[in-house]
Amino acid sequence: MATVKFDQATRIYPGNDTPSVDRLDIDVADGEFLVLVGPSGCGKSTSLRMLAGLEEVNDGKIWIGDRDVTDLSPKDRDVAMVFQNYALYPHMTVADNMGFALKIAGVDKGEIRKRVQEAAGILDLTDYLERKPKALSGGQRQRVAMGRAIVRSPQVFLMDEPLSNLDAKLRVQTRTQIASLQRRLGVTTVYVTHDQIEAMTMGDRIALLKDGILQQCATPREMYDRPNNVFVAGFIGSPAMNLVSVPVTEDGVQFGSHRLHVDRSLLGSSGNEVIVGMRPEDVEVTTNEDGLELIVDVVEELGADAYVYATPANPDIRLEGVGDDALAKPFIARVDGRRVPDKGSKIFVYPNPDHMHVFNKESGARLG
Amino acid sequence: MALEITAARPDPALLDLPWRVPLEEWPEDILAALPRGISRHVVRFVRLSGRVLAVKEIKADLARREYELLRNLNRLGMPCVEPFAVISGRVGADGRELDACLVTRHLQFSLPYRALYSQTLRKGTATRLIDALAVLLVRLHLAGFWWGDVSLSNTLFRRDAGAFAAYLVDAETGELRQRLSDGQREHDLDIARINIAGELMDLEAGGLLQEDRDPVAVSERIMTRYRELWGELTGPELIDDGERWRVEDRMRRLNALGFDVDELEITTDLDGTSIRIQPKVVDAGHHSRRLLRLTGLDVRENQARRLLNDLDAFTAGTGRQGEDEEIVAHEWLTRIYEPVTRRVPRGLVAKLEPAELFHEVLEHRWYLAERARHDIPIEEAIDDYVASVLPGKPDEQSVLGVDTRELPVIAGPNAQP
Ligand SMILES: Nc1ncnc2c1ncn2[C@@H]1O[C@H](COP(=O)(O)OP(=O)(O)O)[C@@H](O)[C@H]1O
Ligand SMILES: Nc1ncnc2c1ncn2[C@@H]1O[C@H](COP(=O)(O)OP(=O)(O)O)[C@@H](O)[C@H]1O
Ligand SMILES: [Mg+2]
Ligand SMILES: [Mg+2]
Repeated sequence: MATVKFDQATRIYPGNDTPSVDRLDIDVADGEFLVLVGPSGCGKSTSLRMLAGLEEVNDGKIWIGDRDVTDLSPKDRDVAMVFQNYALYPHMTVADNMGFALKIAGVDKGEIRKRVQEAAGILDLTDYLERKPKALSGGQRQRVAMGRAIVRSPQVFLMDEPLSNLDAKLRVQTRTQIASLQRRLGVTTVYVTHDQIEAMTMGDRIALLKDGILQQCATPREMYDRPNNVFVAGFIGSPAMNLVSVPVTEDGVQFGSHRLHVDRSLLGSSGNEVIVGMRPEDVEVTTNEDGLELIVDVVEELGADAYVYATPANPDIRLEGVGDDALAKPFIARVDGRRVPDKGSKIFVYPNPDHMHVFNKESGARLG
Repeated sequence: MALEITAARPDPALLDLPWRVPLEEWPEDILAALPRGISRHVVRFVRLSGRVLAVKEIKADLARREYELLRNLNRLGMPCVEPFAVISGRVGADGRELDACLVTRHLQFSLPYRALYSQTLRKGTATRLIDALAVLLVRLHLAGFWWGDVSLSNTLFRRDAGAFAAYLVDAETGELRQRLSDGQREHDLDIARINIAGELMDLEAGGLLQEDRDPVAVSERIMTRYRELWGELTGPELIDDGERWRVEDRMRRLNALGFDVDELEITTDLDGTSIRIQPKVVDAGHHSRRLLRLTGLDVRENQARRLLNDLDAFTAGTGRQGEDEEIVAHEWLTRIYEPVTRRVPRGLVAKLEPAELFHEVLEHRWYLAERARHDIPIEEAIDDYVASVLPGKPDEQSVLGVDTRELPVIAGPNAQP
């Protein structure tokens, strides 16, 4: 077991001007499950390969435990890259399906048997070791695939989108299995995904990357409650946080017809406008003319609650957000399921002052 | 949701396929029972408008991504299957959404490695397959393609004058870059080696591997072959100023490996005593391009090499060395190649492609000559071959002889045992 440290780690691919991973700093604790998340192309796989020893590090260092591994070859690092894809081999027994990578690595037979036994115990596969994969259920096959990684008993597991090609149901099931298995084994794990729900549900901590630059590294709760900047705010959480550009006033900000008090010292340097963010559950909805005026497009009933999807009545009001479709982004509010507004009706909204987020309009940085 | 077909040239007959039925339950009568490799998704072959298509059930976003990647690889002239269509918006009879389908054209005369192993095999088949895969991987890497799931299952093989030519079939995990980093290439090699070892161990466990060496040792060959080839194709070489012939020598070595050098970088050092040469752009298909130019025959690299050798022998044998190459080649084509390949009875043409047949006949002639201890005319060799060897070969246009059930597919993980 070991800690992992990205220490100003930088990768510039040959032929590129800008780094694909730019001075990455992350400390992963011993036994921690760290999720690297971010949109496609943000540098997740590159970071993971740097840690595995498969990608040159142009600047900075990588540490595993107290060893500087920056210049070590992959096989000297004691990390196991878990394949994104796996196929079970039909003629081989479950035991051989789990142990074959050890055979390739030259581990002796007795040791392989021992480790396969152990892994099978953990995965509840002991009774199936001599069977062929054909005789297993879908979930059991999935566990055999995990067994392949476990038997290598590395200091660090590296996983690059291992669930991307599973169907929705199996993905949820396997997600839980991997997370609970990791906790039981206590092996430090760096897990890559583009899916923020996966990140939120699996990680002890999440590191969110954008364009090769670390945006924030924190627990799921912190990422949700105190996003560092507009990008984090928009990326984490589903449905996404509502982000609205609003004018700054003497003692706060003007949210439609609603005045919100914000400490001037926070707003000091931030020009005429700031971005105010609020999660759907932190939106006050009223039919009094108080707040930002919206027209209700769709109501999604969930029983106890309902989600209201609405657009600003004033077309000049733009909702900020991640991705190219920001313009088409609706404003989303969660309301009491017994008091839902009608489709097409007019509502007024403003954020719950205890749970609102304020960001600098230019830099996107969190204020306060 | 409406059924949506994405295709460059959509065939309306596609609409007749039972898209509302999960692929696993498609009726036998439209399926072609061709062998396939190990896969995670459900894959089936269907006959449509006189051709065979491969259909893979896969999530819509992945299907579209793979379709685009295959199109780009085709554009780059890489050996791979040809994408045909993506069908999305499928809804089952019970109203439930079904995964999308990626449709590719079945690669004619191609053999999945598992089908090869169900035939009686020449010794050393595994190494020949790996050599072919090494060439494919080098070509893909030169084009900037990171595969991410290199394996024998994800490769199709075609016979190539006694050797094999490899084609990419599964691009699901791939990424196309301007140029790959060394780390990305190493990563692919690492994946290749583990997958190949696993696949060979599986054949061994099934009693299908007749190799005398163990799978792990054989699998290591992918690394050595790949590195040799990569070094030869891209590595710099320092030569003395007095040895300029070695520039030519390097070109010839690359030609012999089947590559043309489109761009060679030559730099002299400051004191002018040595020259550094490094191929910058290389292009596979040296022999097949030459044969195509001379005869119009479009065949694989080793077949072309073999045919060109026979053409050379013809030129020498008829004393035509000084004549225009294209005229002699035309004569060879009409006097030797075409008569030989036309001598195959209709009922046997699906056994082997013409160029491969020609190669086999040349081999057979040599074998007959050695036994008889004198030269054998080509006509005699072909007649003997057609009578005694060809009928015993399996049909390989689209291999039907093998029972697909003996080549179990690990279906999606949600499949019931
Ligand atoms: N061989 C390469 N040459 C140039 N750029 C590359 C290469 N490989 C990856 N990149 C770039 O590096 C960035 C990060 O890529 P990657 O780590 O694969 O992202 P992710 O895994 O987050 O999708 C992307 O912008 C990608 O285009
Ligand atoms: N166009 C094709 N021509 C011939 N065989 C094919 C074709 N497409 C798929 N196959 C066969 O089906 C198998 C599975 O397809 P593949 O794309 O690898 O699926 P998976 O993504 O589930 O691994 C391949 O190993 C190959 O044998
Ligand atoms: Mg990636
Ligand atoms: Mg495959």
